[in-house]
Amino acid sequence: MSTASMNMIQALNSALDVKMSEDPTVVSYGEDAGYFGGVFRVTDHLQKKHGLNRSFDAPISESGIVGTAIGMAAYGLRPVVEIQFADYIYPAYDQIVSEAAKMRYRSGGQFTTPMVVRSPYGGGIFGGQTHSQSPESLFTHIAGLKVVIPSNPYDAKGLLTAAIEDDDPVIFFEPKRLYNGPFDGWHEKPVSPWKAQELAQVPTGKYIEPIGKARVMKEGSDVTILAYGTMVWVALAGAEHAGVDAEVIDLRTLVPLDIETIEASVKKTGRCVIVHEAPKTSGFGAELSALVQERCFYHLEAPVARVTGWDTPYPHAFEWEYFPGPQRVADALKAVMSGGR
Amino acid sequence: MKNTPTLSLRVPEPSGRPGDTPDFSHLKLDAPGAVDRPDVATAPAEMRDHAFRLIRVLDDEGRAVGPWDPKLDPDTLRRGLKAMILTRAFDDRMHRAHRQGKTSFYMKCTGEEAIAVAQGMILSREDMGFPTYRQQGLLISRGYPLASMMNQIYSNAEDPIKGRQLPIMYSAKDYGFFTISGNLGTQYVQAVGWAMASAIRGDDKIAAAWIGDGSTAESDFHSALTFAAVYRAPVILNIVNNQWAISSFQGIAGGLETTFASKAVGYGLPALRVDGNDFLAVWAATQWAEERARTNQGATIIELFTYRGAPHSTSDDPSRYRPGDEHEKWPLGDPIARVKQHLIAIGEWSDDQQEAAEKEAVEQVRAAARESEAIGTLGQSRPSVKTMFEEVFATEDWRLVEQRREVGV
Repeated sequence: MSTASMNMIQALNSALDVKMSEDPTVVSYGEDAGYFGGVFRVTDHLQKKHGLNRSFDAPISESGIVGTAIGMAAYGLRPVVEIQFADYIYPAYDQIVSEAAKMRYRSGGQFTTPMVVRSPYGGGIFGGQTHSQSPESLFTHIAGLKVVIPSNPYDAKGLLTAAIEDDDPVIFFEPKRLYNGPFDGWHEKPVSPWKAQELAQVPTGKYIEPIGKARVMKEGSDVTILAYGTMVWVALAGAEHAGVDAEVIDLRTLVPLDIETIEASVKKTGRCVIVHEAPKTSGFGAELSALVQERCFYHLEAPVARVTGWDTPYPHAFEWEYFPGPQRVADALKAVMSGGR
Repeated sequence: MKNTPTLSLRVPEPSGRPGDTPDFSHLKLDAPGAVDRPDVATAPAEMRDHAFRLIRVLDDEGRAVGPWDPKLDPDTLRRGLKAMILTRAFDDRMHRAHRQGKTSFYMKCTGEEAIAVAQGMILSREDMGFPTYRQQGLLISRGYPLASMMNQIYSNAEDPIKGRQLPIMYSAKDYGFFTISGNLGTQYVQAVGWAMASAIRGDDKIAAAWIGDGSTAESDFHSALTFAAVYRAPVILNIVNNQWAISSFQGIAGGLETTFASKAVGYGLPALRVDGNDFLAVWAATQWAEERARTNQGATIIELFTYRGAPHSTSDDPSRYRPGDEHEKWPLGDPIARVKQHLIAIGEWSDDQQEAAEKEAVEQVRAAARESEAIGTLGQSRPSVKTMFEEVFATEDWRLVEQRREVGV
């Protein structure tokens, strides 16, 4: 299959285009997602190519967007809806949590909701509190939802394709800080483009990256870093900065979680640092930490450490103090290497 | 010192509370036959009045009058009457079953039987209904097995939805009955989405949704109307105004400010306000909306004006918040009695036949109860615990496998 150099936006767009070409039941809509192609351009050209009925603008009503998608999915379509920023997903929370997530279960399998809720998420773009949040743990807690967060163009396309084909509702968060390049958290340094990266060589046709499988981004023997989304690149930079031989695991899917890869890695390295952008308390890191403790306790040589956003609302002026950067990752790595903080 | 008056809050109150004499003098009820029947292609703006008037067909003598008379043949009328009688018999039996400790919960639709039965008979089983918990008549009018409904209510081993939902939250895809949600209003917008999907695929199926007067205050109601209007979705959006949202009278949801049907006006949707206790009026209005949806002209709002005769649920005691005999004084009467009167008036029914039909319904319910209770009532019988872990996802993930093993199944 031929490949092309793509950034994450192009890769996601390609996934939608390929699936919409192949499967007439796939439809895509959201605020500004039709004619204009989305404020981040992820749905660009889809309306022109696939028609108004399959790619269209929606009213500014997140609950309406997700609620109608549930009805469409129950009918037999595979809707892929866009919530313009993850911070705006809360009005749709009831529809996602009480309805989409529970439909198969509560109907005894009679009704299912194969649908994808796509949403740009995360910080590092000076978006203030309504354009920067990471609400993934609000969804990982909910029975019946799958939660996927890619960190690079190759995975973005493969995972979105898998999400569209999945028979369960999938929350698909797109780290918008990574749309145009692999941001490593050194905000004062220039951002490198995707095309320099191997993971930006994306097949133009259809392929699938399975949901529920982590990617080992870098093998190492000293410590395991668990990360996803933008933080994968921050973790790599942090490990380099600390001069530690870290094994960096990109979880890619939070639910279902690739526990085997995590367990094998932590048992090998004996140490674990978890990195995410979301606030610390009840963040997904708490779940990861508990799992590592439950499964790897006798292999651990230091307490599990978490590097996360703070338990404050997302601040506009203090973005770089809030955003977990390579320095904080390096500090945590050094601490666990010396037996704990 | 300021000269402006002190502000105060108005909290609406119903016309009667416990101990008061029921008072319905504030209701403006159009006479049967008084409201005109516009063509289904009429622009919503030209039929604004229909959102404020009340479509009625049956008069006090049981005659069908006016332009909305659907001119149903006697067989259809008898089928409707029997389904309503059966619905009431089912309700009575299951209410009693709750009192006998056979289940944890039940909700009757007493006084509202005409709505679900008439609408269930008009819509096809390939269409999809998104009901609330008071549309059991949809299933009953379509011949869904009563014993299966009871199995669901008892969460027994044969419960079609495997003991996972509160009693009465049925789910029956083959009967055009969507799985019921306890979160009110959510399904209104889902019905619009289902209808949009049918239009996207160039299909010929339509959707229907029901919501209570109270839940029109939910934001999903307004999202649904926006989407339905914008995309001209083939959907019938019913508002069952049964006057009570548990203990809150319809004025708390905005019913004193305007009619619920009139909410359609602001969205550019056509609205019909209908006597919900008049089987013929419900039939005619639904048929009008169905034709409109089926011919690609979009959605219709129907306010079904009725009265919730029974408590909200078995957990509710209406004597604490409304006059005890208010239901008996409801000026639009009883839907079953009115169809019976009509059929007798046209020489197609008799008191003896009514009595026989009621007896037969009780017997039918009793037979279903025997069948269902032989499988077991709540706590006596249930699906395998293993099923608790199934269908969370299409396939179990490792967490569920581990947790299921922890339970030992």
